[in-house]
Amino acid sequence: MENLFAITGKGYVIVAADTTSARSIVKMKVDEDKIKVLSPHLLMAYSGEPGDTIQFSEYVERNIRLFQIRNTYPLGPSAAASWIRRSLAESLRSRKPYAVNLLLGGYDTNKHEPHLFWVDYLGTMTEVPFAAHGYGSYFVLSLLDRYHNPEASLEEGLATLKRCIAEVTKRVVVSPGQYKVKVVDKDGAREIEI
Amino acid sequence: MEAISRAGTVLGVLAKDGVVLAAEKKVTGKLLDLSGAKEGGYGGSGEKIYLLNSNIIGGVAGITSDANSLVNYARSAAQRHLLTYNEDIPVELLAQRLCDMKQGYTQYGGLRPFGVSLLYAGYDPHYQFQLYHSDPSGNYSGWKATCIGANNGTAQSLLKQEYKDDLEVKDAIGLVLRTMSKTMDSTTLGSEKLEFAVLTLDPTTKEPKAKIYRPAEIDALLESEGLAKKDEDTAKRSA
Repeated sequence: MENLFAITGKGYVIVAADTTSARSIVKMKVDEDKIKVLSPHLLMAYSGEPGDTIQFSEYVERNIRLFQIRNTYPLGPSAAASWIRRSLAESLRSRKPYAVNLLLGGYDTNKHEPHLFWVDYLGTMTEVPFAAHGYGSYFVLSLLDRYHNPEASLEEGLATLKRCIAEVTKRVVVSPGQYKVKVVDKDGAREIEI
Repeated sequence: MEAISRAGTVLGVLAKDGVVLAAEKKVTGKLLDLSGAKEGGYGGSGEKIYLLNSNIIGGVAGITSDANSLVNYARSAAQRHLLTYNEDIPVELLAQRLCDMKQGYTQYGGLRPFGVSLLYAGYDPHYQFQLYHSDPSGNYSGWKATCIGANNGTAQSLLKQEYKDDLEVKDAIGLVLRTMSKTMDSTTLGSEKLEFAVLTLDPTTKEPKAKIYRPAEIDALLESEGLAKKDEDTAKRSA
């Protein structure tokens, strides 16, 4: 089953997503990237109905890029999140809504602080210090209640993330094997090997 | 363009920690009922300075009815941005929105362009304090100090002489009022002829704070700057 995790720390957001793409009980692919880099300082992890996730994330990706080309500066994390949430909320009342859950991690280059938004397919949005989607969230959220530290360095943050992944791998019946991890901070978004 | 060069002067000066706008009211007279404007209604005392959004004030010069329609459009555009992005519209983006519309009216026959020039004084996190000017053709540009309306050439050259970089708001207020008193047709400077507004940052919340002065506040300000009612003073002295 699909899992998305994200943790904020001192000046950064870590976003992690499993890399399996499954249909029914069959694994179709084990190296799928479910985290899109929307702008130099914005990451979006997505899960949900397979076709919808691709369609919606590409739609978002291109609209964010269009804004950047038109207005010379990119949307900030909270402005982008508000726009994305509205897109999902409008889709919800259409004939065929997108069934997509999102985690949006970004770094505000004006105010110099990290932001993380939890968004689900119903168009709910909340800003949170850490977040998760999928069955893994039942285990990970309580773990993060205990171990999350907003002042943690990147190394400490990654250690906490590894703890979360280990717990999910240990306790969830059908747990994915591999995760892709990306980080966004003042230097922009990049992938990290764990 | 002709209407704008006859309209009351609007002056804007950008400072390090704020922006200052002042405007000359042309529609005055003994018989004009100003009792409604006495208190200074929401968003300005009536004629030339308007609150466009919580972070932007606009000064207009030109055909008043056109200006009203543009102010209405600007306020809608700002609220639309707030609704979709949950943040105050950046100043340049609002100027662009209006200019896109103004340009449209220059391209097709049959319609008359808006006979209005605007000054936008605003704040956003991208470029901090800003001052923009837009004309009826849809051109816009950013300024440190500029002027539209009657005598804008004189005011412009006065500003060019007196403007210094790293100006603070209180210096900018003085500069604006001095330039205004020199360029206005009448020698008296008082609340019935003048509109005045300042945009600064709230020291506690760090959010932009727009203050459009009420008539009584304008008189008090002129008093403190030593520019109030020169002719009355001399009349009193001679009496």
